Amino acid sequence: MDPKTIEKSKAGETVTERISGSEAVVKCLLAEGVDVVYGYPGGAIMPVYDELFNYQDKLHHVLTRHEQGATHAAQGYARISGRVGVAIATSGPGATNLITGIADAQIDSTPIVCITGQVYSHLLGSDAFQETDIVGISTPVTKWNHQITSAEEIPEVIAKAFYIAKSGRPGPVLIDITKNAQLEEVDFSYEPCKRVRSYKPAPNVDPFKVAEAARLINSAKKPLIVWGQGVILGQAEKELKTLVEKAGIPAAWTILGASALPTEHPLNVGMVGMHGNYAPNVLTNSCDLLIAIGMRFDDRVTGRLNSYAKQAKVIHFEIDPAEVDKNVKTDLAVLGDARESLTMLLPHIEKNTHDSWLREFEKLHKVEQEKIIDHDLNPTKDALTMGEVIKFINENTDGDAAIVSDVGQHQMIACRYAKFNKTKSNITSGGLGTMGFALPAAIGAKMGAPERDVVAIVGDGGYQMNIQELGTIFQTKVPIKIVVLNNNYLGMVRQWQQLFFDKRYASTELSNPDFVGIAKGYYIDAKRVTKREELAAAVSEMMKSKDAYFLEVVVEKEDNVFPMIPSGASVSEIRLE
Amino acid sequence: MKEEIKKFTVSIYTENNIGLLNRISAIFQKRHINIDSLVTSVSEIEGVSRFTIVVQITETQMKKIIGQIDKQVEVIKAYYHTDEETIYQESCLFKIRSELLFEERQIQNIIKDSDAKIVTVNREFFVLEKSGRRNEIDMLHRDLSTFGIMQFVRSGRIAVTKDEMKITEMLEAFHH
Repeated sequence: MDPKTIEKSKAGETVTERISGSEAVVKCLLAEGVDVVYGYPGGAIMPVYDELFNYQDKLHHVLTRHEQGATHAAQGYARISGRVGVAIATSGPGATNLITGIADAQIDSTPIVCITGQVYSHLLGSDAFQETDIVGISTPVTKWNHQITSAEEIPEVIAKAFYIAKSGRPGPVLIDITKNAQLEEVDFSYEPCKRVRSYKPAPNVDPFKVAEAARLINSAKKPLIVWGQGVILGQAEKELKTLVEKAGIPAAWTILGASALPTEHPLNVGMVGMHGNYAPNVLTNSCDLLIAIGMRFDDRVTGRLNSYAKQAKVIHFEIDPAEVDKNVKTDLAVLGDARESLTMLLPHIEKNTHDSWLREFEKLHKVEQEKIIDHDLNPTKDALTMGEVIKFINENTDGDAAIVSDVGQHQMIACRYAKFNKTKSNITSGGLGTMGFALPAAIGAKMGAPERDVVAIVGDGGYQMNIQELGTIFQTKVPIKIVVLNNNYLGMVRQWQQLFFDKRYASTELSNPDFVGIAKGYYIDAKRVTKREELAAAVSEMMKSKDAYFLEVVVEKEDNVFPMIPSGASVSEIRLE
Repeated sequence: MKEEIKKFTVSIYTENNIGLLNRISAIFQKRHINIDSLVTSVSEIEGVSRFTIVVQITETQMKKIIGQIDKQVEVIKAYYHTDEETIYQESCLFKIRSELLFEERQIQNIIKDSDAKIVTVNREFFVLEKSGRRNEIDMLHRDLSTFGIMQFVRSGRIAVTKDEMKITEMLEAFHH
């Protein structure tokens, strides 16, 4: 029979065609609306690559230079677009190289689907060439994973993978496909997955809990909102803004919640956590009601738990029941999707203001402004600061750019000082703290939102963890801006060594290569800045460039990021120096 | 005040899929918790598997772990119960030299008193099966070990709960 014979079912509804498993994989991706995938070919995934070659006008495959880069690019794509990112790799080392990105996506709730090739099913367990138990290895860091050993399973399993990755609290899904399943033929038809009987994406919102929450909010004298990425993932930015404005409540954000409310909103009181702003951290221990929305009380946010907001009643709006009471005991949990919950809450909220409470934030903010922010942004010393680089980026983009940061001091500075007007603009590795994240994630972010400026802010350490992705940038011509803030140190570790290890700088000083030369080796425009008088023009030139651009800024070697909550200290013990 | 460590029986109703055992045991492993016993079996519902796991931890830990288990895609529902809330049994097998059965009168009394059952006898050995609570099995083991045990094996705990677990209703609700 002709393999492309199209058969109609009796009901005349489902159209099936007989195609290879590998073509079925590609057709599933197209049916899910995927327009770009990131990956790296190899033996066990070659049939899928052969089909990607056939479908290259419909589905853009980006060849990263390392599989880790593929997962981070898929994450960047997902984080900026809200769609599912896709990464493809071969078996064995290809698959294991995905793990860091998958773990990152798991802890930061990022919807990605990873497809790995696997040896023939009759070879499973024989220690065949490039065989590894990737389903076993990825189990603790995936929302769901599954091994396909026959072509028949492909449509249903991939449909399920996309549904699980994006629904409820999103997360990574890995699908491992044996080579025989890619080569076999299957009667193909595609039905998107709408539900899985053992899986409930989001709890139903309980109207009584919502009413109780409204009662607590309406009667609070010193309420504080702390929102997280749940607001962005749940597309509840508008509802959050309405709540904040209607009830007149100061609102602070976790690092992954950044940009859900514009930076310059008068009730946006800044970032909480270890290097967050002074006022919201200190006043967490003064508020009478803490309203947590779509956040998970990470230890970097809470500091010492037994002195975290003990005076306050705590309301937790949360989609994942396992997060309730995990770290912080709540007085009231409102389970469910953030937008649904806030939409139900808003009609119960009375118009209010909390002027004297807000003045407490202003007072403490002034302290931080004088002690830290002024020095970071408008330094009087010779050496450049990371903060002033961010300031110039803000001036050039007016807060419309997406900032993709890596991990370390520059990340904290970027999150503290970047101006955000639009949601989904702060893309960073929060929970896992994956150095090497930013460069590939920025590639994915730019492809997920081509109309937006995407600026990667990277340290000299993390940059070298996935520096090979310059090859991907060169090959795809993706016009991202890369800023390396070079202090010749693994700066955050050095800061800790200075503060807590007697300045014993064990293995934190870097002998760095000629970064400009490396970028130029990949035919990427590049510049190095060491002086203040050159900085503004260099940033402006970078932002005006239509192409990819690399800017190295040599900054003060031993600057520290403050404020800082030392580990084991309470949020209100935050240090300004 | 340090919270008391208690024994809990965890009952998990799941889809019958490869890899789920790994996924569930990883949740305990991540928290450095030892599993006392683990049994997987079919359940009262066709196509639905059941895990029965015994752990000794605090109730706070238990609640968090149940939350983590419950949110796994292929877990239909997870519960935890104390010993008072369940009817539970273990089962064990002893392989013993047959001559002891005829030479040592005492052994016959032990078998009779313990409600153990002889599963098979041949010229070399006989196999004794006993179901019951852990302490009954331990006692029998102690009594028999003075005569010499060729092989011994004990199963994990199996348990049913005094309360109803409304899995069928949950599954029916899905289909409507």
